[in-house]
Amino acid sequence: MLRLENVTFDVEAENGPKEIIRNVCLTIEDHKFVVVTGPNGGGKSTLAKLIAGIEKPTEGRIYFDGEDITDLGITERAQAGISFAFQQPVRFKGIRVIDLLRLASGKKLSVANGCEYLSKVGLCAKDYIEREVNASLSGGELKRIEIATVLARGTKMTLFDEPEAGIDLWSFQSLIQVFERLRESTEGSVMIISHQERILNIADEIVVVRNGQIAEQGTREEILPSLLGTDAAVNTCHFGQPM
Amino acid sequence: MDQIQERILEEVADLHGVPEGAYNIRANGKMAARNTTANIDIISKEDGSGIDIHIKPGTHHESVHIPVVLSESGLKEVVYNDFYIGEDSDVVIVAGCGISNCGVQDSEHDGIHRFYVGKNARVKYVEKHYGEGDGTGQRILNPGTEVYMEEGSTMEMEMVQIKGVDSTQRSTIAELKAGAKLLVKESLLTHGIQHAVSKYEVRLNGENANADVVSRSVAQDESYQEFDSRIVGNAPCTGHTECDAIIMGHAKVLAIPQLEANDLDAALIHEAAIGKIAGDQIIKLMTLGLTEEEAEAQIINGFLR
Repeated sequence: MLRLENVTFDVEAENGPKEIIRNVCLTIEDHKFVVVTGPNGGGKSTLAKLIAGIEKPTEGRIYFDGEDITDLGITERAQAGISFAFQQPVRFKGIRVIDLLRLASGKKLSVANGCEYLSKVGLCAKDYIEREVNASLSGGELKRIEIATVLARGTKMTLFDEPEAGIDLWSFQSLIQVFERLRESTEGSVMIISHQERILNIADEIVVVRNGQIAEQGTREEILPSLLGTDAAVNTCHFGQPM
Repeated sequence: MDQIQERILEEVADLHGVPEGAYNIRANGKMAARNTTANIDIISKEDGSGIDIHIKPGTHHESVHIPVVLSESGLKEVVYNDFYIGEDSDVVIVAGCGISNCGVQDSEHDGIHRFYVGKNARVKYVEKHYGEGDGTGQRILNPGTEVYMEEGSTMEMEMVQIKGVDSTQRSTIAELKAGAKLLVKESLLTHGIQHAVSKYEVRLNGENANADVVSRSVAQDESYQEFDSRIVGNAPCTGHTECDAIIMGHAKVLAIPQLEANDLDAALIHEAAIGKIAGDQIIKLMTLGLTEEEAEAQIINGFLR
């Protein structure tokens, strides 16, 4: 279980400190599939970075399975069981897909096992496993590889920061299935930052973050109806693609 | 050979004991072992300055290993090795030099390799340099490589210097006739106060000659690197040179890619990039559970692969 208690995060701006996250209290229970949504610039990504340890809260505490992890670094939180799929996956010259999967899984993964993770995210495994994670990969390919690495970690808590960002809608259509499968098979908790209605549709809980605060929080049934038709939820059908 | 020499041999030539095929192992200035095959002959030069390696035309899937190990402090040598590679052959040549210097005197090996690559022959050349030892004596390697390629020949060169060499001055020149193809991949890591200079001059003299000279390097601590790569197009040809360096600590890197086109149809490209490790690369690997140091090591290992 992940618990944020009165978490505040400020950054230094020209005219003094600016609050990005304000007094957020949030609990993500085990085995829950939680979607965080809300307008751009509202603080969603910062929230994920605070959980992963990439940013440190100015105030408040973060607990993971009862342990106070507020002062732990990125590595220690990762080792404690938190995974984070970046909104903009990082490229590495010379590091191959299989190398990343091995680092992620923490063991000497065989090529065959590595391929299984790639297949799960809809990549033709043999075409990618030996490829370098460099600029030759498209945004959609990188995104899938990024998701495959967090799947390979198999941790108790997984954070996805806008998996739909930076890829075309056609690619995202098939990527949604990855999350639908993840929803069915996940052992740990999942927190996805997303605007996509199909992702919101498979949430156990929806959290709306606006102006650095939690504006709404509840079950899908409670929250989703009020979001439809707003900026927070994008129905991909609106873009002229039949589903 | 003693244990130190055997370990160095493993570092520079991936050899665990005696290799298969033709070989000539030089240890502390003397021949330690040699083997020739029906197709590959190794002959000492009469003046004792090095060896001639003759590969018969049409030789396929054979290899030649010519590692050099130095474990005596204060030893300085210049060695000339000439390779005559017959037409239509397809061979692998593994060279490499390792120095273990625990003494106070400088140890130096300057290996001058000349390759005469016959028509349509294919050569893969691997060269590794390695230094170790905690003495104050410097470990110095100054390799000179000359490549003369006949029509339709191909040469792939992998040059690796990852550890422990205090000073290196590398010079490579190549001349390519029509349809010849040269691929060079250099990997270099310097640390401490090491100093490395690598110069290439590739002359594309024949129609459709092609060269690709790529250097990946990491400069750590207070070390200095200079990469000076020049491609000269004297015919309708294609050439590309690239220098990509990661800079760390207080290191300095100078990259000088140069192109000279003396023919209207010479298509030449150069690229150079120097920069530190991107912060988001380290953060990404840390989110996979690696420490900052482990993440850095992985990024460097991948980059130099």
